[in-house]
Amino acid sequence: MTKYWISSETSIEIDSAEDNNVVHFSVDDKDVIVSNGQTIYEALQRQSGIGNIPALCYHPSVRPYGACRLCTVEVSEDGGKNFRFVASCLYPVKEGLVVKTNTERVRNLRKGIIELLLARCPNTKVLQELADEYGVEKPRFALGDHDCILCGLCVRACQEIIGKSAISLVNRGIYKEVAAPFYAYELGEECIGCGDCAFICPTGAIKMGENGKPELPRVKIPYAEIGAMASAAEG
Amino acid sequence: MVEQVRKLLDKRLKTPEELEKLRQSIISDKDTSRILISVCGGTGCRASGAEAVVDAFAEEIERLELQAKIEFKETGCHGFCERGPVVLIGPKKIFYQHVQPEDVPEIVAETVLQGKPIQRLLYTDPATNEEITYETDVPFYKRQTRLILGANGEIDPTDIEQYIAAGGYSALSKALFHMTPEKIISEVTDSGLRGRGGGGFPTGRKWQSCLKAKGDIKYVLCNADEGDPGAYQDRSILEGNPHSVIEGMIIGAYAIGSNNGYIYVRNEYPLAVERTIIALEQAMDYGFLGENILGSGFNFTITINKGGGAFVCGESSALIASLEGKIGEPKAKYTHMSEKGLWDKPSLLNNVKTWANVPLIVNKGTDWYSKIGTKGSKGTMIFSLVGKINNSGLVEVPMGITLREMIYDIGGGIPGGKKFKAVQTGGPSGGCIPEEYLDTPVDFDELTKLGSMMGSGGMIVMDEDNCMVDVARYFIEFLKGESCGKCVPCREGLAKMSEILNRISHGQGKPEDIEVMTDLGEILNNGALCALGRSAANPVLSTIKYFKDEYLAHINDKKCPAGVCRELIEYSIDPDKCTGCGACVRACSTNAISGEKKEPHVINQGMCIKCGACYDTCKFDAVIKG
Repeated sequence: MTKYWISSETSIEIDSAEDNNVVHFSVDDKDVIVSNGQTIYEALQRQSGIGNIPALCYHPSVRPYGACRLCTVEVSEDGGKNFRFVASCLYPVKEGLVVKTNTERVRNLRKGIIELLLARCPNTKVLQELADEYGVEKPRFALGDHDCILCGLCVRACQEIIGKSAISLVNRGIYKEVAAPFYAYELGEECIGCGDCAFICPTGAIKMGENGKPELPRVKIPYAEIGAMASAAEG
Repeated sequence: MVEQVRKLLDKRLKTPEELEKLRQSIISDKDTSRILISVCGGTGCRASGAEAVVDAFAEEIERLELQAKIEFKETGCHGFCERGPVVLIGPKKIFYQHVQPEDVPEIVAETVLQGKPIQRLLYTDPATNEEITYETDVPFYKRQTRLILGANGEIDPTDIEQYIAAGGYSALSKALFHMTPEKIISEVTDSGLRGRGGGGFPTGRKWQSCLKAKGDIKYVLCNADEGDPGAYQDRSILEGNPHSVIEGMIIGAYAIGSNNGYIYVRNEYPLAVERTIIALEQAMDYGFLGENILGSGFNFTITINKGGGAFVCGESSALIASLEGKIGEPKAKYTHMSEKGLWDKPSLLNNVKTWANVPLIVNKGTDWYSKIGTKGSKGTMIFSLVGKINNSGLVEVPMGITLREMIYDIGGGIPGGKKFKAVQTGGPSGGCIPEEYLDTPVDFDELTKLGSMMGSGGMIVMDEDNCMVDVARYFIEFLKGESCGKCVPCREGLAKMSEILNRISHGQGKPEDIEVMTDLGEILNNGALCALGRSAANPVLSTIKYFKDEYLAHINDKKCPAGVCRELIEYSIDPDKCTGCGACVRACSTNAISGEKKEPHVINQGMCIKCGACYDTCKFDAVIKG
């Protein structure tokens, strides 16, 4: 008889579960049993109180994307000898996996990511709360004033749930932003005004405008970059 | 009648015997009395005017009606790009450098017809001041083992028959008719070949898992999206010997049971694209591609796909996204590509250099191949040796050669008698290795231990005039611009790192900057989504590790010891040395220098823009930089 935890308080005892559709693995030293074909993050969503994983770019209705990296955990495939960092929203559960969701190393990594995100979006409530939880004080970097963390949830919702693909992520690196076709910010006929993007946005960066269409956040190009562009234009 | 003409034009080889017959007839038909002139037509030599030289040779040969006496060809890259355009003459390979169209009539009259070398075009060894006549005696070539690049100087890449004459496609015929797929894979595994694209994953293991993967459709892919600044090995192979890559891919496809292949090549490599397309067409005409290859019943085709223009598209999952017509962004690779790759089908992706190694291994066997190199890294590696080095160019050496041999014996050392400072290996996300590690053997594992990597074989040499903070800043700027922006550590982390490095090089560094950058480096290493992000902090972390003094000088003393960071240097005039000649006054574009004639001059610091023109102009070393 082996004891498997199905939430932080409840456990069940099963003789020997040799079902092909289940996977046994351990999370923070607790043995759990889940159905196969899920990611670690998905599986733990249904095991309340087991594991402690924050995430900003995950939503159960759309395909995982792995952009915010907050759900990073340590996993070991050799029974706990060697651990590596993986994004739990993308990593599939496997038989015998050892998962650590809240080690010192993991918390440090998350702390660093939160610091970076908070520097980008210092006025965002969800990030301020995470910063409190992980003990991030004032970021050690110059602060921006964005709202959008580029998690891509709005784009995925519009494409995968609504089927319109009225918005997309364009450009790359720090210039990446959400935009309408042909790099426009005003949405036209392609948008049906369902408001899905505004609803799913974790930071409230997208708001519905008076015309019934969402108002997209605009990346304000950092001042230093504008300076560089101006001098390039002059030269 | 039409049927007969079609038969005559049909070059398809239907059996391995026909291939051997063709090979023998090409070799025996060759007039060996003709003197060979081969001009390097790689992009490097073309940039220094090789096309005009090629035209001049063609004209001169036609003018003197020497077609019967001279065999003239434009080949791929010979590797010694520093000395381009490069010309080789005759069976003993007289080596001429920096050849200009004006030199051509003399070369034909003197060297080709009379066998006399022209002294002014010969290579002089900077170490011994000795003139060297033959290519094989040039130190740059002498120490190399040119298994892959060797054929580049011998064959015209636009003529498949020259590749066949040099033994081409014999490995394919051996693989198709004398080896089972399992046997081919075990040969590749036993040879110890590791992926040459940077990761160094054992190639055989990749092939094995692709063979085992379930699915009737499988793809074979070639990664030719080489984007590292200063690296151009893949380009040179595709330009100089595209059939070696194609042959490797067909063997790989046969081994894993694939019928479709793609070559994903950078669009910024027009010559490589052009020559690969010609090679693919010719391979199709001769029956090495298409249906029933050499009568074996095996079918395989290759499509060429031009890259989307982003550095990150060289990353395997981004490459696949780009091939599928999506945005070239990496995905998590928790499921191997050999199980789920292009269009979710099992896919075998290898780098150009890896593919080019395959025919060699099949032909010459595992025993021969595994004797070259070190315990963990077999075979040769092609490096592009650039930067502050006398002989820059492409260098093919056995794994395990030391950095010192590479830089001093092959590279000819640092120009101008300057002092070596560091060598940056592995492209933009590699690390800088200082002098104390020059005797390290170069292979995958040793470079990783030093905090750098093999990457795709870039090697940038730096001397005392390079500022390591500036070097780190340059590479982080590059990576920041090339980050796809999907994951937070890479997008935000690199932007912050570049912000800090820019601050430091402008004299606004803070004492805590080194610690903050080390923290950011850790977040990138552990948290980023793809290999680009995970290795992006290497240039910063390795320079902090080996050259911390320079960072401290910038941050605490506001000084740039190498005199590179403009904001931190000041030009002044030594009144004892200044003769008052006024040369610096004329050179200064901002009128910052003043003084009476024949009296010591002074620089007005408020007006000086630190361009260094006065420093370069002064003949009396009176201008001080510091």
